[in-house]
Amino acid sequence: MTRLRRSMLFVPGNNPGMMSDAHIYGSDALMFDLEDSVTLREKDAARLLVHHALKTIHYGECERVVRVNPLSTPFGKADIEAMVAAGVEVIRLPKTETAQDIWDTETEIERAERKYDIPVGQTCMIAAIEGALGVVNAYQIASASPRLVAIALGAEDYCANLKTSRSLEGSELQYARGAIVVAARAAGIDCIDTVFSDVNNEEQLIKETRMIKQLGFDGKSVINPRQIKPVHRVFMPTREEIMKAQRILAASREAETRGSGVVALDGKMIDRPVVLRAERTLELAYANRAVFEEEEA
Amino acid sequence: MTRDQAFYSALTALDRQAYVPGENKRLYDKDPSSLKNRMERENKIVESLEKAVELSGLKDGMTISFHHHFRDGDHIVNMVVDTLARMGFRDLRLAPSSLSDVHAPLIQHIKNGVISHIETSGCRGALAKAISQGLMDDPMVFRSHGGRAAAIEEDEIHIDVAFLGASSCDPFGNANGYSREGEEKSMCGSMGYARVDAQYADTVIVLTDNIVGYPNVPFGISQRLVDYIVCVDDVGDASKIMTGATRFSTNPHDLMIAEATSNVIVHSGYFYDGFSLQTGSGGASLSVTRFLREAMIEKNIHASFALGGITGAMVKLLEEGLVRRLLDVQSFDLDAAQSLKNNRFHQQIDANYYANPYRRGAAVNQLDVVVLSALEVDTSFNVNVLTGSDGIIRGAVGGHPDTAAGAALSIVVCPLMRGRMPSVRDHVNTIVTPGDTVDVLVTDQGIAVNPRRPEVAERLEKAHLKVTPIEELARRAERITGKPDPLPFGDKIVGICTYRDGSVLDLIRNIT
Repeated sequence: MTRLRRSMLFVPGNNPGMMSDAHIYGSDALMFDLEDSVTLREKDAARLLVHHALKTIHYGECERVVRVNPLSTPFGKADIEAMVAAGVEVIRLPKTETAQDIWDTETEIERAERKYDIPVGQTCMIAAIEGALGVVNAYQIASASPRLVAIALGAEDYCANLKTSRSLEGSELQYARGAIVVAARAAGIDCIDTVFSDVNNEEQLIKETRMIKQLGFDGKSVINPRQIKPVHRVFMPTREEIMKAQRILAASREAETRGSGVVALDGKMIDRPVVLRAERTLELAYANRAVFEEEEA
Repeated sequence: MTRDQAFYSALTALDRQAYVPGENKRLYDKDPSSLKNRMERENKIVESLEKAVELSGLKDGMTISFHHHFRDGDHIVNMVVDTLARMGFRDLRLAPSSLSDVHAPLIQHIKNGVISHIETSGCRGALAKAISQGLMDDPMVFRSHGGRAAAIEEDEIHIDVAFLGASSCDPFGNANGYSREGEEKSMCGSMGYARVDAQYADTVIVLTDNIVGYPNVPFGISQRLVDYIVCVDDVGDASKIMTGATRFSTNPHDLMIAEATSNVIVHSGYFYDGFSLQTGSGGASLSVTRFLREAMIEKNIHASFALGGITGAMVKLLEEGLVRRLLDVQSFDLDAAQSLKNNRFHQQIDANYYANPYRRGAAVNQLDVVVLSALEVDTSFNVNVLTGSDGIIRGAVGGHPDTAAGAALSIVVCPLMRGRMPSVRDHVNTIVTPGDTVDVLVTDQGIAVNPRRPEVAERLEKAHLKVTPIEELARRAERITGKPDPLPFGDKIVGICTYRDGSVLDLIRNIT
């Protein structure tokens, strides 16, 4: 089964209280931040803190991601080394603009992997695209390394770069979102949407999540644990979708046992992409146990 | 009136006395004045608190009592004890139903010898800290609400004079925490705890800032129990006595715990049409109401009654028809008090009715489910709601042990850690509720079921709710927080925590 990335919870890397139990809210991924949420004078302390948290705390099923400082800053190299040493699953690179950024980061990751006896290639990467240049280069970035599991949109910097501001309906992000989804799909990796900052506006969060799901995104970054449930709910397939997916997969299995390449359901031929989509529907359904409870009841 | 000889000889045979006109004035001395006049002249209102105290016959060494329905807005305790101190009383025994931050001035009266002993359900703030540091020679005795009612009924606590603040009172003593006779200056809703004091105290003095016309019905305290009434400027600070509706928590930990608790209730085997419940006012336990409401609507389940401290959230369920009756010993917020005033399916009850273990049919014994907060829980499911992680008194026993013992399913909720302190640990500082009366613990990091209730664990697991051994939860907390240093307890016993029957559960030592 592929890994779900419906929600990625941002956790400031200098807040031990939040780091100690960030996994309990059930987000698919946790992103400990060493970059924008940590002030300059706390960079070293946060790096140490996250390093020890990764080594000490069992974060259960959550994918552990750390957003490091860019290599162009004095902190980037040390961040990468400390996180790889602690066995982080994913390094998230901020403000990615070119494939070269990926290659440079990869070099540092590999150096650290060799130094700490970690199988080379084990540490994955997510590239955050946060500017016009990054959007233009989205496919080159997405396909730059086999370590890349996803690309993500960072809207705040992007809007500043575009000389516009964020709006509720998000028209300024239309192109970037579209470009990022297409690039990710072309490269065969996931894509994650930007945060929705108004924690108390659940209605708009749900609206925006529905929209980005429809665009093709795999998930959304969240800044408050309260946003996780609503986002997951949007990504939860409906009962009808699940039933249909189950029938499609049953038909596909039957075709396989017959040794036939042609899958048919209710007298209609079913294309390969439809089967893949059905598989994904069931993965999402499985991630949301509530659906299964309902099925049993 | 004439009687013949036969009448008298018959009475002699019956061994009964004949009615003699004028002999018992109280029975027939008719007062021809109108009710209006009587309300003005022949009422129980005395001109001052000092006068009422004199009339009560209060002496040094006696026990005086108060209620805590005015919470942190209370002016009565400080006002009365200040007055008694001025009048020269010493060695008084204080038996309030609870104490809070606002009662810090008692420290001075303890130092000066005005108060020598305190029995209460809880204590907070500067007073509690001073007690923990060894302020009193006599340890403070903590009782649950049911335990206090029982101790008063059994005369283990003999109340000589009860000073009971009331939001409204008529000239003959019908008192309540609200009034249907016009607007009250401040309302507290139910007077459940005060009613026990009124019933058993030798002398009852009601203090009010709102005299209303007779009869003040419905009344929490009956005129038949009240000796004197004193008018005061205000019984308390209305804004601190009650706030609007208690707001739902937005703390994600609380919400997680609340949602998990609601799921536990739904799958516990006690979620059926007609079940009964009680939830607390703490962040997580209050929010349970919100999640449970959705489950009740979805599964078309109604509760026969909700008990205890009543919140606006519970009132909403009553108004929506999801809960059929409210039994209210203490109204937690203004919405609850307003409902008690206006909704006839919202009934005021006293502490005896609520939780007295010796009474037949205390309402806690009719509970299916209770949700209770905790400061600490240990691996034997013992609960502490009284002393903080620093060992200092900072809470109240309340109805915790009463409802835990009475309810068919008692659920304790708390976060696994608070800041750097583990809440689930090997031993609690102070045992307030014995673990054998606690069935389920819900934390933000897992659910534990008391091994005494394997059938409950089985039902939860069947519903895909993961049950974790409580020892594992304690280890999980300790892995992150480390083992806390032992607390700097001294040798002096500053508190005695009693169980519902007055037996001693635990001792609280001073903090050095």
